[in-house]
Amino acid sequence: MSLIETGGIDCDIHPAVPNLKALHPYLSDHWRDIIIQRGMHELDSIAYPVNAPISARPDWRMEGKKPGSDLQMLRQHALDPFRTSIAIANCLYGVQLLFSEDMGAGFAKAVNDWMAKEWLDKEPRLRASIVVPIQNPDMAVDEINRVAPDKRFVQVLMLVMGDMPLGKRHYWPIYAAAEKHGLPIGIHAGSAYRHPVTPVGWPTYYTEDYASQAAAFQQGLSSLICEGVFTKFPDLKVVLLESGFTWLPAHLWRLTKFWRGLRMEIPWVDRAPAEIVKSNVRLTITPCDGPPSEEMFQKLMEHMDSDELLLFSTDYPHWQFDGEDVLPPGLSRSLVRKIMIDNPRATYARLTETVQ
Amino acid sequence: MNVQVTTRPAPPAVTRPTPESVNTSKLATADCDIHPQRANDKVLHPYLEKRWVEHMTTFGSRLRQAYQKGPAYPKGQPNASRRDAWPPEGGGPGSSLSFMQKQLLDENNCVLGILNPTGDNGQAYQNREFGAAVCRAMNEWILHEWLEPEPRLKGSIVVPFEDADVAVKEIERYAADPHFVQVLMLNRTGEPPGQKRYWKVYEAAAAANLPVGVHAFGFGGYPVSGSGWPSYYIEDMVGHAQSCQTFLTSMVIEGVFERFPKFRMVLVEAGFAWVPSLAWRLDKLWNRLRVETPHLKRLPSEYIHDHVWLTTQPMEEPAKREQVLDAIDWIGWDRLLFATDYPHWDYDDPTQVLPMPVQEQKKRDFFLNNALKLYGQD
Repeated sequence: MSLIETGGIDCDIHPAVPNLKALHPYLSDHWRDIIIQRGMHELDSIAYPVNAPISARPDWRMEGKKPGSDLQMLRQHALDPFRTSIAIANCLYGVQLLFSEDMGAGFAKAVNDWMAKEWLDKEPRLRASIVVPIQNPDMAVDEINRVAPDKRFVQVLMLVMGDMPLGKRHYWPIYAAAEKHGLPIGIHAGSAYRHPVTPVGWPTYYTEDYASQAAAFQQGLSSLICEGVFTKFPDLKVVLLESGFTWLPAHLWRLTKFWRGLRMEIPWVDRAPAEIVKSNVRLTITPCDGPPSEEMFQKLMEHMDSDELLLFSTDYPHWQFDGEDVLPPGLSRSLVRKIMIDNPRATYARLTETVQ
Repeated sequence: MNVQVTTRPAPPAVTRPTPESVNTSKLATADCDIHPQRANDKVLHPYLEKRWVEHMTTFGSRLRQAYQKGPAYPKGQPNASRRDAWPPEGGGPGSSLSFMQKQLLDENNCVLGILNPTGDNGQAYQNREFGAAVCRAMNEWILHEWLEPEPRLKGSIVVPFEDADVAVKEIERYAADPHFVQVLMLNRTGEPPGQKRYWKVYEAAAAANLPVGVHAFGFGGYPVSGSGWPSYYIEDMVGHAQSCQTFLTSMVIEGVFERFPKFRMVLVEAGFAWVPSLAWRLDKLWNRLRVETPHLKRLPSEYIHDHVWLTTQPMEEPAKREQVLDAIDWIGWDRLLFATDYPHWDYDDPTQVLPMPVQEQKKRDFFLNNALKLYGQD
């Protein structure tokens, strides 16, 4: 393992909505009535089956409570052991999976207000991402504009698989609003399950579902670049959360090669994809789908071709590592400092505004 | 690959250093992905029942895509081909054996060429009975008009893999015919390829001692991404790598390699540099989630190493070109099969694909020996 730096910025933790009831105080009368009248079930996504080993580390599970749903435990498990100064909460409660635009908007608002009151107000080390009703970009923009004045919200959260590829103009109002407020777009593993998670259909095993997230990130990144999102919004930062990240070099080798051969199709992409990634895209380090040897890992880091791409994360409470072995072995002290402190600060403008 | 700008004045002449060719000695090569195309549909008529000739003329192929002719994403070049690949006697690129012999086999000192008749080949027609008839016709046409006249060429059996029983019959028909050395599938299957409905195909291929070549692309009908259909051809092209990642994942996790120990698979035209990262991810994930897949007895990376080969085209090209050698080291120099993808526009030239110093033995394995061994031609 590599030694961690005190005061690191953890860019991906997952406080959990314990149950729909916890959102009641933050929902309008209409949505509260609907929950009861229609007997709505919890909005827990099949992306993380609650008892699946990866969904929570055994020593981070709690008797009778959903993993990640207790602030005191989160402090003990995720903040204190890693001497974390700031942690960014990405709430994965499945409001983006709903089909109704209005219901999506009503529940996204509730999740954000619940986050502010139940977590951010109580723990100064926490920041959060704005959950948006991705079902309707105009409503998503309204939610960004509503929440953005609270500087503790530092990012806009989307899932890597939705109705259509991430770069499509359909989503551009969201990117415009994020850029205007100085908020990166955080793209997290997960799907709204509008399409099979693989191009060959619905897989049999959960293992395949989780594995396919890395492929989805590759395609999401292709889409953002090829559609010209970074040409239109040059100051926009995109952070790929829980992507596995080691796929990046090979993907960029391929994408950049085809860009050379096919750039007449996407003439607005005026820089090589690998260069666009260096300036606009960041990736959290957990999970690290790394090689078995440290020597191979060193080579892989050379292939990454920049020490500014990776951001520290624990992915709490997901079970990606044991003990305090959060960083892959073989990182130099200076790189650890970049990953844990400098890179997150450079990515999230709002952290430097409020960290002081 | 072709890179051409047609609407602008030519830039002023600049003196560029001549790229140094590594393979100037014209080492013998094996080319594991060559695409013969029919000059027109009539070439198949002698091999089709009258009913299907009429069907073809009346309704056309009807794939799971929008257009009658041509791809849903317009290609980067006419017929997705090299500009110099149109045969002098007419017909489209890849339709003339004599021109292919001259332009490809002789030019590259190719001693073994694997024909993969992809495209409109019957494999994924909406009407499966018609598709099966076209697959059969394709095999007869390839056998009589390409493989018998040209001993350097070997064939891949085109099978209607969505209907495993019929595919097995097609494999058995040619299992003992030395002109065929592989079974051909497309990677965009109708359902995840590791699922039970396809197992008979793998079992029959293994029994015939034939690898299954899985060519990127296809018409399974699902979008190439879990977020739906992208806008551009470049995304579709680059997406073959991701689509083959999920293909390989299904094969590993469903236990196809565990169930059929003699089964060998070649991933064709999907790139290769992504394989190590996927294998590391699957190993890690399986260690965490193995309670779900008790039918697996070994690490995913071990199944991949023992059962999977990869063709090289289109070679990944890092800015620091030598970094691709790390990826090959991690996969294994005995697992890569050189391919040009002739006559397609993103053709890889054997004199250009490894423009850095590489040990002589590795080079010979990469360009020739691995293929001879895999396809039983050594």
